[in-house]
Amino acid sequence: MKNVLLICQKELKSYFASPIAYAVMAIFGLIFGWVFFNASRDFVRFSFQSQMTGGGGQMNVNEQIIRPLLGFAGTIALFLVPMITMRLFAEEKRMGTVELLLTSPVKDIEIILGKWLGAMLLYLCVLFMSMINIALLFAWGKPDLKPVLVAYLGLILQGGTLLAIGALISTMTKNQIIAGIATFFISLLLWLLSWFTAFDSSATAQVVNYLSIVTHFENFGKGVLDSKDVVFYISMIFFSLFLTSRSLESLRWRA
Amino acid sequence: MIKVEGLTKRYARTVAVDNISFEVEKGQIVGFLGPNGAGKTTTMRVLTCFLPPTAGSASVAGFDVLEHPLEVKKRIGYLPETPPLYPEMEVTEYLRFVGKLKGIPSGDIGRRVDDVLGRCAIGDVRNKLIGKLSKGYRQRVGLAQAIIHNPDVLVLDEPTSGLDPKQIIEIRELLKSLAGEHTIILSTHILSEVEHSCEHVIIINQGKLVAIDSVANLTNRLRGAEAVAVVVDSDGGRPNASDVQQRLEQVPGVSRVVMKDTRDSRLCFEVESLQGRQVRADVARSVVNAGWALNELRPVGLSLEDVFLQLTAAEQTEAQKVQEGASK
Ligand SMILES: Nc1ncnc2c1ncn2[C@@H]1O[C@H](COP(=O)(O)OP(=O)(O)OP(=O)(O)O)[C@@H](O)[C@H]1O
Ligand SMILES: [Mg+2]
Repeated sequence: MKNVLLICQKELKSYFASPIAYAVMAIFGLIFGWVFFNASRDFVRFSFQSQMTGGGGQMNVNEQIIRPLLGFAGTIALFLVPMITMRLFAEEKRMGTVELLLTSPVKDIEIILGKWLGAMLLYLCVLFMSMINIALLFAWGKPDLKPVLVAYLGLILQGGTLLAIGALISTMTKNQIIAGIATFFISLLLWLLSWFTAFDSSATAQVVNYLSIVTHFENFGKGVLDSKDVVFYISMIFFSLFLTSRSLESLRWRA
Repeated sequence: MIKVEGLTKRYARTVAVDNISFEVEKGQIVGFLGPNGAGKTTTMRVLTCFLPPTAGSASVAGFDVLEHPLEVKKRIGYLPETPPLYPEMEVTEYLRFVGKLKGIPSGDIGRRVDDVLGRCAIGDVRNKLIGKLSKGYRQRVGLAQAIIHNPDVLVLDEPTSGLDPKQIIEIRELLKSLAGEHTIILSTHILSEVEHSCEHVIIINQGKLVAIDSVANLTNRLRGAEAVAVVVDSDGGRPNASDVQQRLEQVPGVSRVVMKDTRDSRLCFEVESLQGRQVRADVARSVVNAGWALNELRPVGLSLEDVFLQLTAAEQTEAQKVQEGASK
């Protein structure tokens, strides 16, 4: 455990020593902030209108702002994950520092967990950029807290899964750009799976749909905590990290 | 301390290390000598548990590299061919990280870092970013990283590459001061490097073991085998090169004559002697007796390649003798 934290700390430091951390946080913050601004402006305008016309108080901050916004946050995160994970192993392989890690008295799994955790913490920093905006809504309206928390849990689990997949891909090449692009396309594919199968109800489509990372976010987005989805994400994370350790192992055999 | 038995490592196509066996006693400094592509790095990577052997076994302090890798790793300090450095870290920050990675208790880290900063003479760059260091300093930080946890065994892959002559001497001194309590195995392709810092030498070539011996024995085996540069003046094609070469080859004790150059009406040859033979005087006499003008006669050091030729040639002739003896 000490080693996991040691590696994690080193990863975080190097994220913040390079422009990557600031770049992902800035990109996310800007896009999210802009969408947030537009959504809340529209919301305010509509609620004024409905008050003027006396149409009744069906307007709901949770339903109409927070839910679509956080769903959108998940989508942006999908495309930022490759930037976070691409260097995890590829850069160590390129610099030869992987030789230091793999000849030190630490277990492969400790290295992998440490790196994944470091990536996870940066991802949390990214999500934090959206929390600032959402917190404004709390200062200003009276949204329900629970669905927001559930949605964030979903975002964290979905991000953790993608980060684990990205870590796996990063072990496969020395070139972090290639790792990034490959992770991007795989994330894109996983994201699109739910679209491909949206109008298809065959058994294969069901399976494919089950594997879609986005499908499992839907319930979280609605504020519904379903253990099925939690189990799905956690097992995906375990599976990907397991494959990462296999890949690291085979690196030794092939190297 | 280190025991390698029948070690073979095969990559997809190449056999990098081919069935080599050797042992290193505690406290020895052993030089691992071989030309480029000999398999030095590969062997070291197996010893440090970075690569698994294809066949055979290797063990460090009694622990097998495949069965107890963690125990082996705890006892080894390793400087890979390219020092494993993080350019975005400062020197002390990096050494602290490696120290913790190697399992030094956090209370001792500061002391250990100060110690290696002093030993490797990198105190003056302690707060610099590693990415901004010169090659020599990086090499020294790499060395500091290898010794930070006071390992029983040090595996150093070309520790003096990229250093200036003064630094090389300092590193040699450092290695000598580490020997005794540490067992050191260092690779190099420079012959004199081994003579200076090692007691024993393991020579490999193309993945095969060529010789294991103490440095003293090896230099004895090679002593006398000398290479001499001979330059003869030639006036208008007389004498011609092949005549001179023939005559030189006939000098007793000469094993090989290589034509080097014929510029400016000068014929340059390199003459190698058999082991234990001094041929300079005979060569000079032979040239002068033929009535040619001897322009230059100067000993040249044996290169690593020559050493291999000598050693492998010696083994071949011995093998031939054995075969001939058997067939009679
Ligand atoms: N990762 C690899 N994949 C395939 N072949 C390799 C790999 N690494 C080394 N080799 C091959 O194995 C052989 C031995 O290489 P090695 O690096 O061990 O030599 P070396 O003695 O360290 O040479 P040098 O003095 O150049 O460092 C070479 O023929 C090399 O081409
Ligand atoms: Mg090498």
